[in-house]
Amino acid sequence: MARLHIDQVSKIYTGTQRAVDAVSIDVDDGEFLVLVGPSGCGKSTLLRMIAGLEAITEGAITIGERVVNDLDPAARDIAMVFQNYALYPHMKVYDNMAYGLRNRGIARDEIDRRVREAATTLELGPLLERKPRELSGGQRQRVAMGRAIVRNPAAFLFDEPLSNLDAKLRSHMRVEIKHLQRSLGITSVYVTHDQLEAMTLADKLVVMNAGKVEQIGAPLDVYERPASTFVASFIGAPAMNLIPFSALGDDGRLGLRDATVATIGFRPQDIIEVANDNEDGDGLSLRFVVDAVEPVGSESYLHGKVGAERVVVRIDGRAPHREGDRIGIAVPSERLHAFDADGRRLEGWRTPDAVGDAGTAMRKTRAT
Amino acid sequence: MDKVRFGHSIVPYLFLLPQMAVVAVFFYLPAGEAVRSSFFLEDPFGFSSTFVGLDNYADVLSSTEYRRVAIFTVWFTVLVALFALAIALLLAVKADTVLRGAKTYRTLLMWVYAIAPPVAGLLGILLFDQHVGPFVDIASWFGWNLRIGVNYYDTAFAMIATAVWYQVAVNFIFFLSGLQSIPRAVREAALIDCRSGLRRFFTVTLPLLTPTAFFLLVINVTYALFDTFGLIDLMTKNEPGNNPVTLVYKVFLDGFRGNDLGGSSAQSVILMIVVFALTLVQFRFMERRVHYA
Amino acid sequence: MSNAVSAARPLAPVTRRPTFKWGPVFDHAILIAGSAFMLVPVYLAFMTSTHDAVTVHTGGVQALPGGSLVDNYATVMFDGLGFSGAVNGTTMMLNSLILGLGFAVGKIVLSMMAAYAIVYFRFPLAEFAFWAIFVTLLLPLEVRILPSYEIVQSMGLINTYTGLIVPLVASATGTFFFRQFFKSVPDELIEAARIDGAGPLKFFLDILLPLSRTMIAAIFIIMFVYGWNQYLWPTLITTNEDYFTLVRGIKQIIQVWVGSQIPEYGQAMALAVLAMLPPVIVVVVFQSWFIKGLTESDK
Repeated sequence: MARLHIDQVSKIYTGTQRAVDAVSIDVDDGEFLVLVGPSGCGKSTLLRMIAGLEAITEGAITIGERVVNDLDPAARDIAMVFQNYALYPHMKVYDNMAYGLRNRGIARDEIDRRVREAATTLELGPLLERKPRELSGGQRQRVAMGRAIVRNPAAFLFDEPLSNLDAKLRSHMRVEIKHLQRSLGITSVYVTHDQLEAMTLADKLVVMNAGKVEQIGAPLDVYERPASTFVASFIGAPAMNLIPFSALGDDGRLGLRDATVATIGFRPQDIIEVANDNEDGDGLSLRFVVDAVEPVGSESYLHGKVGAERVVVRIDGRAPHREGDRIGIAVPSERLHAFDADGRRLEGWRTPDAVGDAGTAMRKTRAT
Repeated sequence: MDKVRFGHSIVPYLFLLPQMAVVAVFFYLPAGEAVRSSFFLEDPFGFSSTFVGLDNYADVLSSTEYRRVAIFTVWFTVLVALFALAIALLLAVKADTVLRGAKTYRTLLMWVYAIAPPVAGLLGILLFDQHVGPFVDIASWFGWNLRIGVNYYDTAFAMIATAVWYQVAVNFIFFLSGLQSIPRAVREAALIDCRSGLRRFFTVTLPLLTPTAFFLLVINVTYALFDTFGLIDLMTKNEPGNNPVTLVYKVFLDGFRGNDLGGSSAQSVILMIVVFALTLVQFRFMERRVHYA
Repeated sequence: MSNAVSAARPLAPVTRRPTFKWGPVFDHAILIAGSAFMLVPVYLAFMTSTHDAVTVHTGGVQALPGGSLVDNYATVMFDGLGFSGAVNGTTMMLNSLILGLGFAVGKIVLSMMAAYAIVYFRFPLAEFAFWAIFVTLLLPLEVRILPSYEIVQSMGLINTYTGLIVPLVASATGTFFFRQFFKSVPDELIEAARIDGAGPLKFFLDILLPLSRTMIAAIFIIMFVYGWNQYLWPTLITTNEDYFTLVRGIKQIIQVWVGSQIPEYGQAMALAVLAMLPPVIVVVVFQSWFIKGLTESDK
């Protein structure tokens, strides 16, 4: 058990290209940290630097009380679960799990005890004498987990461990990993490009882009208050609608206080359908043209345009709409997100008055 | 992508040492010596040698005997490669098509690979022998008085036939594996797109097989140039005299029998250049082949 | 609708006979002819080896078995051959075995070690070592035969197994093969091993060696056959008949053949059969490994 401290860590390959750029993250003891981002964002490189499989160009990584920059992977007291599992194909399941312990010179019966214990936890008991090629994908995944567990390390590192499984098995293993990590209480760092996996597994979520940290926070905080347009579009499916402020034709009802607002964002499920002529209401109201209807069963997605901007609207249950329909949509003001020209989140961008009384103010104007 | 590697340590040097030592002593030393002595003229008793520049090369290249051997080598190489490749391709395509007995045919057609070239040569001698050889009898039905060891062209014919027989096996193995690595989906797409089997072969199968064919062409040329040494040595019955020989055989003859060290070395170097060029072509091609995959 | 149709011609698809196709017959004819082309010379050699010299001399190459099988093979195996009569088939077979096994083992050990160093380590001389070894692919032994002979002679290795085997090992075919194979081993495996605390030697012995078992077997077969079948080098290096291999012995047969009135065809063919039998058996029995090794090494 240990804290993990990543301090201003960079990875520079040839030249000046920074694959990881001055990243600082703290992982508390027993915490489940998920690094998420598109491919090439540097999340895997960062994980491999923690593991000791890549050299650290700048900065320092501390596991527990030790700076591990110059330690061999085997000396860092970590265990890693690889994307392709990296099971030794010529060894039985038992030996796969025992190999790392044997190399540490741990006593035979202690190894046996730990392997059997892990096998029980992971329901691998009947498979111990098999070779990896005789196992299914899910079983291999479990052996890879078992190999990590028997080590009883200071930290678990996961490199997209579920990406080779089919969708059903993936959601099952997701639950299992989470449960296992909780019960063992081992500090974990998990890399994935799947935002759903990231949201469901993480205690603490780190969204990375182009080598930099975009946002660190609890999953729902990140979801509710994305720090940038990048995070806004990456976390949540379908993605948040982002519309240039200039395309909204602001009629003043947004009560803009901050002139630096460049983009307005709102999630598809925060949109409500309103009657065409209803221009009442607090917040944003827009005219939407339906291009396509996507029913997924419990809900439906309307893909279409507001002006020239693409927007997705979520509707409960079946949508009665058809291609070409024009409808009015509205978003409550507290559900709007604003970003500046650099894509950074803006807070307090509306006048206090507008925030509180926009609705009543407008209604009054109309009555006059 | 670069491999993940271990860092500095003495281990890689220790692992490399044995191979490097063997290569240095038994490859670089002799190869360098061949190049060096090709510029020297050694006196017949081996007491002294004089630097003669490119004289050895000039002598070799202007010799009519050398030219005759070179021309034979080219013909020999072309004919052996051509027939061995053509026959092997036909057999491989058929072995790939048939549903029944494919494995048996594969075994029957590839096992000759295991025979040593001089043993193949001995079989050749037996079958083309003037007194006992059945091929001589067969030839006489057509009015051909086949006399190997006596008639230059008859000997050449027997040599080429035996060399082709031997080389078909290895070509067959590679062609068959090349055919089997053509994805099933591609074959099925071709089956839907094109009715004529022959047309399918020339428009789909053969183009996909060109990498293998080209690789084999280089292999066959190298084989005809070098690996046939034992076969030729046997079939000339150790009496090269008026018999056709190839360039490699002449290097051996002039060096060991004729004691012409400088001339033999110059011939060696000329052959080295030929092999070098061949290999460059092969490497270039292999690079391109990577993009096919 | 579809019911009506099938009711009208209920048995139509069943009763239609498949048309006889000539294609497969033609294919098999070609393959049988090809197999015969490969088999007949060796068949005739074997049949001839079961006859005595006079029968062959008067009746030509024999297509049917004769009565001298035991005589001929016993003579070749146990009686002296060659000029001095000092060497027999048994000795030659033993020497062939030593050459084939020694060559295969030596080649695998050296080339596996070298390939491991080149693929798995970053060190200053790696690039140089790579090229130094791979240039040897360019020049076959035949073109540097004379100086090779002189060097081995000056080292006093004529008529020794060392002189016979070691110089043949000086080429990169095996190294090239293992390099390709090692490169195909997933990176994650070495990473997992490093996290499991395996150093370079442990990784080689515990992971890489067992993983390469099939490859080693395939290379072993190819190299054994290649070593067994060597001709030019043994011819030069072994002048003492005690070191003759079977393939080398073939040359001796021819020299006796040329000078004699009635050549011992039967015995000569018996020796040829003995010389080809072991490698043929190895190749046929371990066919799939052998083909895998051969065709994958070229990539």
